[in-house]
Amino acid sequence: MTTGEIVIAGNPNAGKTSVYNQLTGAAQQVSNYPGVTVEYKSGVMRHEGKKLTVVDLPGTYSLTAYSQEELVARNYIVDRQPALIVDVVDASNLERNLYLTTQIAEMRMPMVIALNMVDAAERRGYQVDADKLSQLLGVPVIPTVASRGIGIKALRDTCIAVVEGRHEAVPAPVCFGHAVDEEIDALSEQVRLYPVLTERFAPSWLATKLIERDEAATAQAQVIDAEATAALVRQAEEAAHRIETHFDTDAATLVAEHRYGIAAGIVKSCVSVTAQARRDITDQIDQVVCNRLVGPLILVGVVALLFFWVFKLSDEWAWLPWIGGWESPTGVVAGVFDLLSAAISPLEARMPMFHSLLDAGIIGGVGGVLNFVPLIFFMFLFVSALEDSGYIARVAFILDRPLRVFGLQGKSILAFIVAGGIGAGGCAVPGIMATRTMREDKDRLLTMLVTPFMNCGAKMPVYAMLIAAFFPGDRILVMMTLWAFSWITALCASWVLRRTIVRGPQTPFVMELPPYHMPVFRGVLRHTWERTWMYIKKAGTIILAINILLWAFMYFPRPSEAVDDTEALAYSMAGRAGKALEPVSSAAGFDWKTNIALVGGFAAKEVVVGALGTAYALENQTDEDFQSLSARLAAHPDWNPVRGFALMIFVMLYAPCFVTIAVIRRESGSWKWAAFSTIYSTALAFVLAVVVYQVGMLLLPYL
Amino acid sequence: MRKTLFDLITGDTARIVGINRKTPACVRMRLLDMGLTKGATLRVERHAPLGDPVEILLKGYRLAIRMTEARNIEVELLEKADYVITSS
Repeated sequence: MTTGEIVIAGNPNAGKTSVYNQLTGAAQQVSNYPGVTVEYKSGVMRHEGKKLTVVDLPGTYSLTAYSQEELVARNYIVDRQPALIVDVVDASNLERNLYLTTQIAEMRMPMVIALNMVDAAERRGYQVDADKLSQLLGVPVIPTVASRGIGIKALRDTCIAVVEGRHEAVPAPVCFGHAVDEEIDALSEQVRLYPVLTERFAPSWLATKLIERDEAATAQAQVIDAEATAALVRQAEEAAHRIETHFDTDAATLVAEHRYGIAAGIVKSCVSVTAQARRDITDQIDQVVCNRLVGPLILVGVVALLFFWVFKLSDEWAWLPWIGGWESPTGVVAGVFDLLSAAISPLEARMPMFHSLLDAGIIGGVGGVLNFVPLIFFMFLFVSALEDSGYIARVAFILDRPLRVFGLQGKSILAFIVAGGIGAGGCAVPGIMATRTMREDKDRLLTMLVTPFMNCGAKMPVYAMLIAAFFPGDRILVMMTLWAFSWITALCASWVLRRTIVRGPQTPFVMELPPYHMPVFRGVLRHTWERTWMYIKKAGTIILAINILLWAFMYFPRPSEAVDDTEALAYSMAGRAGKALEPVSSAAGFDWKTNIALVGGFAAKEVVVGALGTAYALENQTDEDFQSLSARLAAHPDWNPVRGFALMIFVMLYAPCFVTIAVIRRESGSWKWAAFSTIYSTALAFVLAVVVYQVGMLLLPYL
Repeated sequence: MRKTLFDLITGDTARIVGINRKTPACVRMRLLDMGLTKGATLRVERHAPLGDPVEILLKGYRLAIRMTEARNIEVELLEKADYVITSS
């Protein structure tokens, strides 16, 4: 049974996402958070009034059972039996891409090849004969340049034709050579004896997997028919043994080598060299970027530039038209909320409680978070562009050796970067998802445990507010300090964890360094928008709900007689809780009002600024002239820069937000690690905040 | 002792003889998946600033491998680096 879906498979960096975006067009719905509930993106392709679901599988080099992503991709195809597989093949890197193609072809399902990046192949001096390729594989091959929309119409038409049954597209059988084929054919015949198995698997595919001793496939077959599988495994073992004695290599290696043999054969007959390949641009850039001396300097320079531009564009330069002149994007957002706040002020006299809910709880809380949308937008814009350009892989290449000292590896960098490791303004949730590219559990677990220390977008509002209050002249310097602090803590924590709780051998590090290319503006913008929109959506839903809840805790119960606002707050539930924690938290300089905000921040750190705002707004409700939270704290006698800095450190490090904890639980497979992550990071955060505060207070008179 | 990728220097070209049998299955499979198959030729492009990992050119694409893994890849040298740095 087929579900009528089209799935897109292919190597990483083959342009899979571009093809997906082009096929689904602008009118698609990306309904998923990258991976929290679903591990793949799906959208809708419209064609003459018909709708087809298109699913973007994770990019993989192979379909073995050794990595989660490959297993997800493979199981999706096996379980869902899609109507069509679109295999995106990078024409400029044909041989390795065809290795995956042969594995998909083994599954014997309708398949269309998008021969992508044909322009890059031509620039590199060779031409791929698409007709010949189609003839050899037995499936349609459509040359495309997906990033520029070339060939997409033909690809779309072919997909429709195949789905509607107007075009034959089942790949030709894959031949591994006489000796191996004979064994596979014999075992396939045995598989055919069990219709329950053939309903699910192509017989030759299952036979191949059994001979390769693929544990995941064996387990899947076992679930369907344990007895039959046991018999087949016995026969497969004999077959594998015969092959192994004949070739003197293990069966899995042999099959893999034969697949590459097939790929090499196809390349030989389909590719013609048109020009002598000159030293390509990627090589020239790498000469500089990966250089022993200059490379690390460039890395630091890129990070510094990132901070510089993000702050200038989002906040410091007034380049957007606004009432009465020009404003920065952040200024515009703040302006909108000021207008809202002013619009509801007549309510204050008539309905004080409702006004307080709207003004302090909703406008203050959500507005405080949305204020940072411009900052986060520009941060994502630059990070997406860097990811797209291919530079991030070089960062992993340069940093693998130093990271290994701490028990991490080059690919951990990807998780850190997505979580806000370059600059700030990422998110730990996709960061932890990004650890899936690591194959070994120990490196992965370790990366997951320290990734939340990175400066994610939710911490930005807290930093920005406190920096504006206490370090207005040194924004870039303080941000760089915080950036360094988060890295140093993450590295030291992983060094300690690796030697205590997460002991084990290190993962193999094998990583492609894709050719550089100009980031595609539309793709980067789309990616940036998806991430920013997620942030906005979170502000409008979870953060809003927590803010209202917190407001209620901070408003009720009301004291019976009229007292001033501070006393009213102290009388509320939140106030009592905050006061109860004060004896402990005062070691780090946090008063009870800060405690309220920090407890709220357990759910999501975006809440911290809003809750602080509410706490200090409730106190100052009688103030006629509006003052920003930063200005209020700067003027407050209890606050000083040391306390502000200790608070930033605590917010940086303490318990990951609820969503992150849930993802850690899912990705590590146990609540144990999720709980551990929460407890150890909170303890660490407190200890470091106390140290910063106490040492800072000693030094303060001399500064 | 067989020569391995570990022993090569920047600019060397070599042919892969095989992957050491003592290599754990998951590592071997990963190396094979990336195209480090018997008979494939590779060229050492450069080393990372701290000498590890190593970047090789293989089947027309660039691959970074750690030195620990490089020790598992047995090779025969085809062409020694000519020690002339051709940067322009």
